[in-house]
Amino acid sequence: MKREIPLLIVGITGFAMLIQYFIPTDWSEFIFTYSQDWVIVIGILALPLGIWSLIKANVLKLKVPDERFYSAVLLAGFLAMLVTGTKRESLEAGSTFMTIFTNVLIPIQATIFSLLAFFIASAAYRAFRARSVLATILLVTALIIMFRFIPLGPISTANLSAVSWILSVPNMAAKRAIMMGIGLGATATAIKIILGIERTYMGHD
Amino acid sequence: MKILDKIMLIDRRWIYLAIGLAVIIPAIWSFEVPVTVSPEVKRIYDFVDQLEQNDYIFVAVDYDPSSLAELNPMTEAIINQAFAKNLKVVIVTLAQFGPGMVEEITSRLAANHQKIRGVDYCFLGYRPYPAITILAMGVDFRVPFPADYYGTPLDSLPVMQGIKNFGDVKGVIDLTAGNTADFWLIYGNGRYGFPLAIGITGVMSADYYQYLQSGQLFGIIPGVKGAAEYEDLVGFPGRGMEQMAYQVIAHSVIILFIIMSNVAYFATRTKKDKMGGGAL
Repeated sequence: MKREIPLLIVGITGFAMLIQYFIPTDWSEFIFTYSQDWVIVIGILALPLGIWSLIKANVLKLKVPDERFYSAVLLAGFLAMLVTGTKRESLEAGSTFMTIFTNVLIPIQATIFSLLAFFIASAAYRAFRARSVLATILLVTALIIMFRFIPLGPISTANLSAVSWILSVPNMAAKRAIMMGIGLGATATAIKIILGIERTYMGHD
Repeated sequence: MKILDKIMLIDRRWIYLAIGLAVIIPAIWSFEVPVTVSPEVKRIYDFVDQLEQNDYIFVAVDYDPSSLAELNPMTEAIINQAFAKNLKVVIVTLAQFGPGMVEEITSRLAANHQKIRGVDYCFLGYRPYPAITILAMGVDFRVPFPADYYGTPLDSLPVMQGIKNFGDVKGVIDLTAGNTADFWLIYGNGRYGFPLAIGITGVMSADYYQYLQSGQLFGIIPGVKGAAEYEDLVGFPGRGMEQMAYQVIAHSVIILFIIMSNVAYFATRTKKDKMGGGAL
């Protein structure tokens, strides 16, 4: 019974969600919205667990001299956002919460992402070498795509046509083949889970 | 060691320095970059442009501050166009750090166009689980969002009177830096059949052109270049146009490095082949 009941729940829920997707009636909408509430409730229950885990791990790290500073910054940031973000007014422009968000969080995230440009440049320098026929095709394609960002007068118009062809024909053919493979694989896995054939998600005890 | 060998083994810090200078130079000496509008961007502009006054348009801002530089200019251009045409705008974010950015953009642009929150536009806020939220909004916006971002019940907002779900909006434009575009395609366009367009980061563009040909998307705004094209069409030059200068210089430097690397590679390979050795 320890394994059969969860399998039954998954099977019934899976079939119910599958059927409601294709039959838009009042009862199917009710099933959908009701099950959706359940998903949100489960997600909310996971949230305190994550917060507790984060605080616990970083409070413990406060005792480690090398990691003390970073954990202190994290906990201070966490508390600052928590305290300033509790009021409804804190969501509006000009509040302390929004000031911290705009002047600390946005620049930090933007900076981290900007570093990617440096790594891409270095990787492109080493990777885009015409070592073989396939590497040469990749190199030429990459150059054509990159040239579209540079205004080159009449050459730009011809280059735009080449870019359009690359994206719409070879790129699309490859992407579609991959997507169809993924789609069929996902469908097969979902059917196996609903029918109880695939059980690895339940663990092994 | 000869110069070509040195180029082959160049320290990556020199490349970092060159890229650093490439993005600093336009900040000091900015210049205007001519923009050629691509058809996939023009289609979105035309779609919004042909809408009637008080028609509804739905904008999803699904990105975090990390992609703000690329996607904020297109978000602003679209909202500017919608406000200038007196369209009703419903905005949502399915990215956890999205609300702060949307609040900042909408309040600033609304002030510029003398638009009133709750009357001319509505910011629904953020909900987790994009697929579930999109499916639920297809039933009724009030299912996942009984109240807007500011806590006002949707039924009490004039802008939300007589509008229930995606069936009441003319189209959806999703501005995204992640896989939320897939959710909008599968659970939004696929299930509810509304016209969908996306604005995405430059690196994502190759992944979504297939949906343009299949008709699942009616337009794509790809990266900073797409944003600059849209700004040019709308007539509100902003950060997209400014950033084109940085993009041109940075891409030119990368292309130069690639050409330099290949010249050095072939030159050293020929030499090593003659000596009976392999290439690097």
